[in-house]
Amino acid sequence: MQPIFEVRNLKRAFGGLAVTNDVSLSMAPGDRVALIGPNGAGKTTFVNLVTGNLVPDSGDVRLGGETVTGIDAIGRVRRGLVRSFQVTRLFLDMTPAEHVALAVLQRDGRSGRLFGNFLAMPDVMDEVGQLLGKLGLRDLMHRKVSEIAYGQQRLLEIAVALALKPKVLLLDEPAAGVPQSDTGRIEQALADLPADLAVLMIEHDMDLVFRFAKRVVVLAAGAIIFDGSPSDVTQDPRVREAYLGSYANASHAA
Amino acid sequence: MSMTTTNDLIAERPAKHRFGGGDLIGLGVILALAVIGYFLFPNNLALLTRIIAIALLVLSLDLVTGYCGVATLGHAALFGAGAYAAGIVSAHYGINDPIAMLAFGIVAGAIAGLICGAVILRAHGLPQLVLSIALIHLFHEFANKASSWTGGSDGLSGIAPSALIGLYEFDLWGRTAYVFGVVLLVLVFFILRLIVRSPFGMLCRAIKEDPIRIRSMGASPKAALMKMYIISGAVAGVGGALNAISTQVVGLDSLSFTMSAESLVMLVLGGTGSLFGALTGTIVFMFFEDVVSAANPFHWLTMVGALLIAVVLFAPKGLFGTAAAFVARRREAK
Ligand SMILES: Nc1ncnc2c1ncn2[C@@H]1O[C@H](COP(=O)(O)OP(=O)(O)O)[C@@H](O)[C@H]1O
Ligand SMILES: [Mg+2]
Repeated sequence: MQPIFEVRNLKRAFGGLAVTNDVSLSMAPGDRVALIGPNGAGKTTFVNLVTGNLVPDSGDVRLGGETVTGIDAIGRVRRGLVRSFQVTRLFLDMTPAEHVALAVLQRDGRSGRLFGNFLAMPDVMDEVGQLLGKLGLRDLMHRKVSEIAYGQQRLLEIAVALALKPKVLLLDEPAAGVPQSDTGRIEQALADLPADLAVLMIEHDMDLVFRFAKRVVVLAAGAIIFDGSPSDVTQDPRVREAYLGSYANASHAA
Repeated sequence: MSMTTTNDLIAERPAKHRFGGGDLIGLGVILALAVIGYFLFPNNLALLTRIIAIALLVLSLDLVTGYCGVATLGHAALFGAGAYAAGIVSAHYGINDPIAMLAFGIVAGAIAGLICGAVILRAHGLPQLVLSIALIHLFHEFANKASSWTGGSDGLSGIAPSALIGLYEFDLWGRTAYVFGVVLLVLVFFILRLIVRSPFGMLCRAIKEDPIRIRSMGASPKAALMKMYIISGAVAGVGGALNAISTQVVGLDSLSFTMSAESLVMLVLGGTGSLFGALTGTIVFMFFEDVVSAANPFHWLTMVGALLIAVVLFAPKGLFGTAAAFVARRREAK
């Protein structure tokens, strides 16, 4: 199948340190890919580069066959490339309902409207209710985000991304900070995603990775060292080495 | 999971989001104050009209500062542009219909908003503030130099508005101007209520909190802020035009740094990010400036200063914002 998302020879260095070192990766519609790797491997940097939040030193990003390397972050979102943030970035003074409504309105090109209120827009409220319901946030939909628990904020972060109806979804550690009891909600939301959406999930919970992904990509020191099936990843000597190295240095690996 | 209908969701919305209530209260309060003012100061309607014009400036400032988080000390540029435009078309081109003058004021304010926005939105924080100060000085200097149009430091005179909608002459007591002002304020207030609660208003609040996050939702903070600047300019233009029509002169002070700074003080005093806050701040400040200063010419500024310090330190949401939060807490406790 024609790839929907393609990265070619992406490079980025910070002060001489190659944080993204010649990374190439492509995904087809419907792909479910897990991107794993030790802490500091450059996973978040990779997401920042492909979404346009950071500028690469060299390399190309293509979306649905179009080269978007020269297009800014906003343009890439409008073409269907959506990300979530590893460290929650939400509007603390606003409510979950407002977050999701804003995403829905923005997606439909209605966020510039000068009249009307989303609370009185049945189509918007339907979507808001459904999405927040799926993530278990319906009862909190009119609370300020600053008043809800961090785990719930993580779920809202995902709801916002989903509300944008992306073609390619990049989730940066969606389950980090979510209580074990609630990770099921994330899994359910992921399972309910449209079949033709391409999803790349960075995650260190390996149970989640194995249930979600049909393909695992391992990043270490900025380079891809493994790209294959979940069943092979644990057997791969280079992967083991990378993780062992990081276990020796850091308290936990992802 | 049970099926939920949209009606359920709408019914669940919190009280502060229900429609009508706030608008009606706002309308009632403005009209009540207008009537009280009329009977309290029948010989000083000019002052009340000026308060309305300034209130429009402060509302306009609230749009970019309170709702969008833009730091500016040059907002009178938008007000002054409206005032000069309305004045110049009357004094130099014989366009004396007050509604037409108002229209010119609105357009000029919006254009000034576009210009100021294009410059100010290039920077953030302190540099943004500095740019805004530079702009107001440039506007001021331009009006000063273009004296054949603006009258320079003597002010622009010869403004002669004809009867409002052909019926009501602008009388010596300022009754027509006052009623005109009240109507404009009510109209603007109502329109702004719609805007701040609209999808666009919500977008602006989000931009104020985290412009980077809004970019990753596919919206351009810059484009939205420019739009708000233009709207803000139109509102300030209404205030400026009202001032020109009611006083029939336009001075350089309407385009000054002092006026810009004072409008920011009024906004902070009343409470940013709230239309009622903007109105409250204007009324309180103008009351001190005109009423208290008459009774106590030596200490009124000291009192305003002390009040401002007290508000900033102890009631950072401003007079209205603090009072509203207090009432909300009382209500929740019940
Ligand atoms: N803006 C930056 N400036 C300098 N170094 C950075 C910057 N962003 C990330 N890094 C470095 O790049 C490396 C990879 O970081 P990151 O992509 O966050 O890793 P991961 O998400 O895999 O844990 C780290 O060593 C980090 O310190
Ligand atoms: Mg990371």
